[in-house]
Amino acid sequence: MIELEGLTKWYGRHKVVDDLSFVCRPGEVLGFLGPNGAGKSTTMKMVTGFVPPSAGSARVCGHDIRTDTLAAQRRLGYLPEGAPLYADMTPREFLGFVANVRGLAGARRRERLDTVIGLLHLEPVLDQSTETLSKGFKRRVGLAQAILHDPEVLILDEPTDGLDPNQKHEVRELIRSMATDKLIIISTHILEEVESVCSRAIIIADGRVLVDDTPAALAAMGDGDLDRVFRQITQDPARQGREAAA
Amino acid sequence: MNPTIAIFRRELRSYFATPVAYVFIVIFLMLAGAFTFYVGGFYERGQADLRPFFEFHPWLYLFLIPSIAMRLWAEERKAGTIELLMTLPVTAWQATLGKFLAAWAFAGIALAFTFPLWITVNYLGDPDNGAIFAAYLGSFLMAGGFIAIGTCISAFTRNQVIAFVITVFVCFGFLLSGFPMVLNLFSGWAPQVVVDGIASLSFLTHYRDISRGVIELRDLVYFGLVIGTALFACTIVLDWKKAA
Repeated sequence: MIELEGLTKWYGRHKVVDDLSFVCRPGEVLGFLGPNGAGKSTTMKMVTGFVPPSAGSARVCGHDIRTDTLAAQRRLGYLPEGAPLYADMTPREFLGFVANVRGLAGARRRERLDTVIGLLHLEPVLDQSTETLSKGFKRRVGLAQAILHDPEVLILDEPTDGLDPNQKHEVRELIRSMATDKLIIISTHILEEVESVCSRAIIIADGRVLVDDTPAALAAMGDGDLDRVFRQITQDPARQGREAAA
Repeated sequence: MNPTIAIFRRELRSYFATPVAYVFIVIFLMLAGAFTFYVGGFYERGQADLRPFFEFHPWLYLFLIPSIAMRLWAEERKAGTIELLMTLPVTAWQATLGKFLAAWAFAGIALAFTFPLWITVNYLGDPDNGAIFAAYLGSFLMAGGFIAIGTCISAFTRNQVIAFVITVFVCFGFLLSGFPMVLNLFSGWAPQVVVDGIASLSFLTHYRDISRGVIELRDLVYFGLVIGTALFACTIVLDWKKAA
């Protein structure tokens, strides 16, 4: 379970995330939507413990990310935006390194490595330098790293960004297959992705929640056209924010 | 596996995964040799010791060590992998320590490759091997001090060149504080306690003692304190940059 309470982030005098509160439960796939600069990535950085919040709190499976950081981080897998990787390592070395840091050992370590390598079809590139990998493979190595320890909570920042249609489809299938027993939060601005994988959608703009509903209900608001709803809602955040709150 | 050990191994490998390690070791050995034989007059002195070799280590380290420390955090920032690393269940202290130890071990490997000199001096004469061992220890400790400072400065920036230049500058300050050039500025008017205080901050003062074969507890404590303080400062910088 993930609980956000009044989560707020200031960068200088600019408020990037504004008093964000919601609860997310296992089995949910939460689509985190919003225009660029809406505060999606910053929120994810705070929930994963990379950036400390200016105010408010986030709890991962009951562990406060500020006071009980390591326990919270053990329970979550995170794919940062752009899937950064160590360029001088091969995927095999890299996944081995993450397994070591996460304290996986012995048979369990082997079993988990084999599982994620199989799930993400990484066999052909295991011993290739990460620098030379295609964007699609890099993203998959990033995903493999995130699910390596079979976490209860998965936070994926734009998991399909830059992938071709086939790869997008595969990643969505993977997310769907993991959805039953995990809590997954993905950020995206591809609306079809929300319809195809998410059970819940939160639209934020200027750091505030504008809509929190199922993708179906969201689509219904715009006569089945998610794009139109998205534009309507996000283009005048102040007005729409008040309406959503009312 | 302990996260510190995992990070240590990753970092150490990463030196050897790129030409950095080989370039560094070759240049280090060439310069160390040049200083010893040409500048230090190893043969001309006619003494079986490694004084001319160790005498130049502070100056060699001044430019070479920052080049192995500069990447430690700056590279993570530049590549964005710092976000990956710091969202793994690892504390800033564990990560910093793992990185520092890897760079220090690497410097130790480079230093160890100078062993032919030790053999040479034993072949040519009958040196005080205890003193040579002490000098190696002092040199290694001094390298640790330089690296710890470089690790800390590397955490400030995503630019490795800036990290390098500032580290050279700060380390230069640490070296010079024991030099007459700086001390003479104070010795005329300041009480001896102050002059001693400034001199005692210097790498050079402490290194000279050990490199002449005198291992004193206060010198060991000094280098330990420099390393500990710099690494602690590094974790503070990491936390501070996170929040900014």
